Amino acid sequence: MIGEIVCSGFGGQGVLVAGMILAYAGMGQDKYVTWFPSYGAEMRGGTANCNVKISEDEIASPYVKEIDVLLAMNETSVDKFENQIKAGGVMVVNSSIVSPNRDFRSDIKVVKVPANEIARREANPKGLNIIMLGAMAGATEIFEPDYLKSAVDKYFADKGKVNPKNSLCFDAGINSCII
Amino acid sequence: MAKTLMKGNEALAESALRAGCRFFSGYPITPQTEILEYMSWRMREVGGEFVQTESEVAGINMLFGASAAGARALTSSSGPGFSLKQEGISYLCGTELPAVIVDVMRIGSALGNVFQGQGDYWQLTRGGGHGDYRTIVLAPASVQENADMAYEAFDLAEKYTHPVLIASDAAIGQMVEAVELKDFHDHDINKYDWVIKGRKEGEDKRIAENVYYAMGADEYKDFLLEKYKRIEDNEQKWESVNTEDAEVVLVSYGISSRVCKEAVKIARKKGIKLGLIRLKTLWPFPKKAFDALTSDIAGFLCVEMSILGQMVDDVKLATDNKFPVKCYSEFSNVPDPAIIIERAEKMLLENGGRK
Amino acid sequence: MKYSIPKTITNIESGWCPGCGHGIVTRLLAETTEELGISDKVIIVRDVACGSMQSGVVTYNNIGAAHGRTIAVAAGAKRIRKEDIVIANPGDGSAYSIGIESTMHAALRNENILALVVNNSVFGMTGGQMSPTTLPGQKTTSSPYGRDTSYNGNLLDIMKVLNTFDIAYLARGSVDSPSAVMKAKKYIKKALMMQQDNKGFCLVEILSPCPTNWGLSPEDSLKFIKEKQQEYFPLGEYVDKGGYDK
Repeated sequence: MIGEIVCSGFGGQGVLVAGMILAYAGMGQDKYVTWFPSYGAEMRGGTANCNVKISEDEIASPYVKEIDVLLAMNETSVDKFENQIKAGGVMVVNSSIVSPNRDFRSDIKVVKVPANEIARREANPKGLNIIMLGAMAGATEIFEPDYLKSAVDKYFADKGKVNPKNSLCFDAGINSCII
Repeated sequence: MAKTLMKGNEALAESALRAGCRFFSGYPITPQTEILEYMSWRMREVGGEFVQTESEVAGINMLFGASAAGARALTSSSGPGFSLKQEGISYLCGTELPAVIVDVMRIGSALGNVFQGQGDYWQLTRGGGHGDYRTIVLAPASVQENADMAYEAFDLAEKYTHPVLIASDAAIGQMVEAVELKDFHDHDINKYDWVIKGRKEGEDKRIAENVYYAMGADEYKDFLLEKYKRIEDNEQKWESVNTEDAEVVLVSYGISSRVCKEAVKIARKKGIKLGLIRLKTLWPFPKKAFDALTSDIAGFLCVEMSILGQMVDDVKLATDNKFPVKCYSEFSNVPDPAIIIERAEKMLLENGGRK
Repeated sequence: MKYSIPKTITNIESGWCPGCGHGIVTRLLAETTEELGISDKVIIVRDVACGSMQSGVVTYNNIGAAHGRTIAVAAGAKRIRKEDIVIANPGDGSAYSIGIESTMHAALRNENILALVVNNSVFGMTGGQMSPTTLPGQKTTSSPYGRDTSYNGNLLDIMKVLNTFDIAYLARGSVDSPSAVMKAKKYIKKALMMQQDNKGFCLVEILSPCPTNWGLSPEDSLKFIKEKQQEYFPLGEYVDKGGYDK
């Protein structure tokens, strides 16, 4: 298994798309991938999440039990998933809206990214998820940053929705976690 | 064609269209709804007929009319909605009409809930509606198989002029995986001599009704026995994983069987000789997979998401009751490989492995 | 007067009871399709029970639908065979009781079919039970003291329901007299013309005698239609978008 990832946040923050881009990037490297959304009644109430698995081998269950990487775009996501992260795993936190004073687990790597501020600065309000992906690329070894960045562009190009601001957001995400 | 990422439900819908399906009638219910939604725009693009019907009963009956008229027709549902389809499925069988019906299984009787389950096994394999019939039931275990089986299902349905059911589930339907889709295939609605259309003078009259009326009781009995035997002889599909030297053989299908495959791998690394028979058809039940096994097996372990262990009887029948058959059943959770291995080890301890 | 039998009528005995109206309705269908030159396009979707016996007496290709589903099945078939003329043949129990959902929604979708409903105010084949069109006070095997609307519920006049719908044609005819039969024929013919012109959903109801289950002679049955049935179910055209009268 290369990585078991959960992307979680408010509806509208692009968490499902962030997960799809990761699966898309995995598929581009001929890896096995699964993406699984919260659905049905789970979707009501404004929170959304998806489970992504990327693997060299066939994947059994699409459900992530122990998380390698959590993209937590709001406070609820941290509440809900922090305990499922493997020791030594990574949590990328949207520090714009997740309380900076909160205590995080000490046995995981926490990367704080002021995603909302960056999105505002880059004038790309829909780029939150791309910033988080950039930060993830900088903080983990699941994908080479350059490859994931190209996968983001290709993902949107396939849909005919190219936005040059995405790559700026992605870079800003990487830079935010190098500090 | 290159691989694309698709949701199981959508891959199934797209693949059905590529197989020449040009009629869909259905009703919303989670976790099947993406099939309906996908068809609502895509069917129009390919020039077919999409109807969101007043009920599942209307959906299956509109499909009955479209099928009798010669179209490749699809409907889909889940849980309580699938129960409402049973009237039409019985009529399709009695009338000898082909059609494809998808059950994206959810848990529980009554309303149950929207999570993945495999509790429709009896309903799917024993008929489900009234009268003496069975349907061909395909069991996909991945998004790719959702696409492939939907594509093949129409050929199979026409080969036997019989409904084919696809036993998908919420996990397979909701998950996204990479999938390679087959090319578009044109279906000619006048291809078969049984299709109902306006009768030109001099042509034989065609009637789509219970075939027993024209045959009479005795001939119908022989016809039906022969037909079901032919399907049983020719259409059993399965995948065997490490069964050659297995001491305990898992039996599973759909989402559960993926976990079983993983359990086999883990067990083998531990030196436990675990094997797997993954059912790709639930009916006809792949008895041939069991016939091929040697006799010194400690037992079979059914792994399924149905509390009552609905598959157990079929495994006992397929093995002439000669082996212990146990069941590890889950309700809404996908089975756990660690528990599978623990149960298998227990069976080995109780019944002994290969001598 | 020149008298001939439509080519689409076979010489097979029907099985309908003496004095039954099904035969007349079938004959009207055969005559009108022949006159319009569309006999070779007709697909009949018939219900179970008495209406199903139509299959033998006509040469049309046809589909036997489940009880109450003729309209849904016909709509499905028509969407695949747009060049053909598809006619659903339910009874009152089928179209207004078990199948009312599909009757309403086929009308809402303006499905381009004809629902030709034979209304005899009872479930005939099962022995004359109460149907949605059984009259107040009418004795049936499931309303043995006569239909009491406070106990058995009210009856359904489909004309009052569907006349507000955006459909092509809605009419009620009867076969209680030669002049009524000729009028009923006109209604059926109009509806078929509308389908040819893709105008949408047509429902023609025909009040039809069931001497066996009404416990009346054939003659008294016709009188019953005229004097009793028509009191609750008035004849006439209720929706007509065809403009064929001009």
